[in-house]
Amino acid sequence: MSDGPPRADQPLLQVRDLRTYFPIKRGLLSRTVGYIRAVDGVSFDIHPGKTLGLVGESGCGKTTVGRSILRLTPPTSGSITYQGQNFLAFRGRELRRLRRHMQIIFQDPISSLNPRMRVGNIIGEPIQVHGLARGNEKQDMVAALLRRVGLEESDANRYPHEFSGGQRQRIGIARALALSPDFIVCDEPVSALDVSIQSQILNLLADLRQERNIAYLFIAHNLAVIEHFSDEVAVMYLGRIVEKAAARELYANPKHPYTMALLSAAPEPDPRRKTGRIVPGGEVPSAAHPPGGCPFHPRCHLTRMAAEQAQAGESTVVSVKYRGTETLVSLPVLDVGGTMEIESGGQRFRVLRKCATQTPPLEPKQGEAGHLAACWVTR
Amino acid sequence: MQPLLELRNLTVAFDTERGQIRAVQEVSLSVYPQQTLALVGESGCGKSVTALSILRLIPSPPSRVLGGQVLLEGRNLLDLPEKQMQSVRGKDIAMIFQEPMTSLNPVFTVGEQIVEAVRLHQNVNTKQAYEIAEQSMRDVGIADPDKRLHEYPHRLSGGMRQRVMIAMALSCQPKLLIADEPTTALDVTIQAQILELLRALQQQRGMSILLITHDLGVVAENADAVAVMYASRIVEYASVYDLFDAPQHPYTQGLLRAVPRLGAVGQRLAAIPGTVPNPARFPSGCKFHPRCPKMNGDPACAGVEPALRQIEQGHWASCHHLPDFANKPITRPATDAKRAEGSAVS
Repeated sequence: MSDGPPRADQPLLQVRDLRTYFPIKRGLLSRTVGYIRAVDGVSFDIHPGKTLGLVGESGCGKTTVGRSILRLTPPTSGSITYQGQNFLAFRGRELRRLRRHMQIIFQDPISSLNPRMRVGNIIGEPIQVHGLARGNEKQDMVAALLRRVGLEESDANRYPHEFSGGQRQRIGIARALALSPDFIVCDEPVSALDVSIQSQILNLLADLRQERNIAYLFIAHNLAVIEHFSDEVAVMYLGRIVEKAAARELYANPKHPYTMALLSAAPEPDPRRKTGRIVPGGEVPSAAHPPGGCPFHPRCHLTRMAAEQAQAGESTVVSVKYRGTETLVSLPVLDVGGTMEIESGGQRFRVLRKCATQTPPLEPKQGEAGHLAACWVTR
Repeated sequence: MQPLLELRNLTVAFDTERGQIRAVQEVSLSVYPQQTLALVGESGCGKSVTALSILRLIPSPPSRVLGGQVLLEGRNLLDLPEKQMQSVRGKDIAMIFQEPMTSLNPVFTVGEQIVEAVRLHQNVNTKQAYEIAEQSMRDVGIADPDKRLHEYPHRLSGGMRQRVMIAMALSCQPKLLIADEPTTALDVTIQAQILELLRALQQQRGMSILLITHDLGVVAENADAVAVMYASRIVEYASVYDLFDAPQHPYTQGLLRAVPRLGAVGQRLAAIPGTVPNPARFPSGCKFHPRCPKMNGDPACAGVEPALRQIEQGHWASCHHLPDFANKPITRPATDAKRAEGSAVS
């Protein structure tokens, strides 16, 4: 096994068809009556020093993806390849050795730091566990880490409760950096912080990425934060990636109706913004009983519009106004198997039959290379 | 025009073991009929304490109102006997909170809870109250309200619970709704639904909203006027357009620059250095001076707390470094500004 530096031309991390199911147990004998498909077939690559942003609403499975990759939650199936090695095959000592390179930063900086430990020990513990340094040498490393994340050396003697939220998140970052990882899962690292503090932490993470060539899986629900921070963005819905593209491309030219809805729903600090807003009807369905066909179809505005057009026997191209620009949606009417009525949120809608019955694959769409979306309707 | 709600120099303190903490200092604001005033600020700035003080919902002790008035249509709520205050709460002023789960009682159905509020304030029998409850649930966009009335809160999603809270708050047709971070716990698509609902209900019923939030995006979309709070004081006050077009206070300017915006891939964010001050240890002078880029060693910033002065017509700010600041008049901030028709997001 080689522990050499990662090669830039090869993916640092390859995830293929990752599935993580949680059993639903009922009754006296705790029989398994079904599964919550928290992650249901997710694939992506992350290259050294690059950031993949993972965005979606609560319950979409984005946090479980991050935890499954680090095997904090054991995945049900799929493969995870780290620097060409099958990460899921490792056990015991070897697993620990590999884990050194993969760290995580959590959302809540208070519950992820042990309140009874001094900051110096919190940061120094992984260094000691992995046998990197001891005694004075370890203390020097801790001091250097504290300075790097914008804290003072003397802070090593204080306890987590003595720090503000932003400072605690800096401690979490210092702990993650202690083992010089190549890869860090950032799970909503700034969601709990005030706006004025948020940007400090984002800038720190960006600087570290550049200095140390760290790759990030950056999990967040805030689209602007994700766009700002990521090279590539994957949008998740009900355990699946529904769209993936370079950050700029995804925001300029979204292909999946859910991405459009997310982008147009995000409130922007501009009181004069005037754009058509797409508010998807209803709410995210339960991952225990995902809808058949395309999981988004009960809330999808595109399939509703397309079905109306098709029903009226009108043109096969529908235009959708989205953030001031028009998106064309093709309607291969012969292909969609006609339309059908569904019930969603207590109301009835007409949708394309294909959307309600067949799950669309994540496939390349017209536009920039590497732009994938799982949608029957968009061209 | 007469404001519906007016705060005059409200100061609220908490007595703690380590001494007195002034969480809200000399806060003045006015909410006009059919207006949405946003009170925006970061954690610990005093925005929620201000809101709770209006309804006298903070227990005393430990809190104490050290001075000021809370005027609802000219009547000082701070002087009312508790009995009369109870009829103000819910009937004249209703409030919704950030966490709709903890503000609903888990052992009663949502219908029972709305009916309780209705019967408390309106002279109706149970059957009529249920009809009112059903109608108000329909008004907030809950499908099948006749069935949902009989559900317990845990059966509802977060967005649905917030709709129930709004239905309950609006069931007695209040004149003012205080919404304390109403969408912070919700996902963006659900947030968009709730903000749109609040806008529509406000238009239909002509009520006023005091919107407490930390999210400048929510402010930009829903507010007519904005009060920015920092470390217990209002530091800037203006119409929503003036505030976003020409922010005057360095804190407001910093906040607006620090928000990541869509369409800005890979740019470095402007950050405000330092941390939000702890209310127990506020800095001297201007409370923003340790973090302020304009301070530049100016002894006035560290020594003298600037008053909120009227910089221009309808625009107030408190910063020694504004041009000709010392000669601007000290007046109570109030603007009945409304956002232009149709400029709200459709």
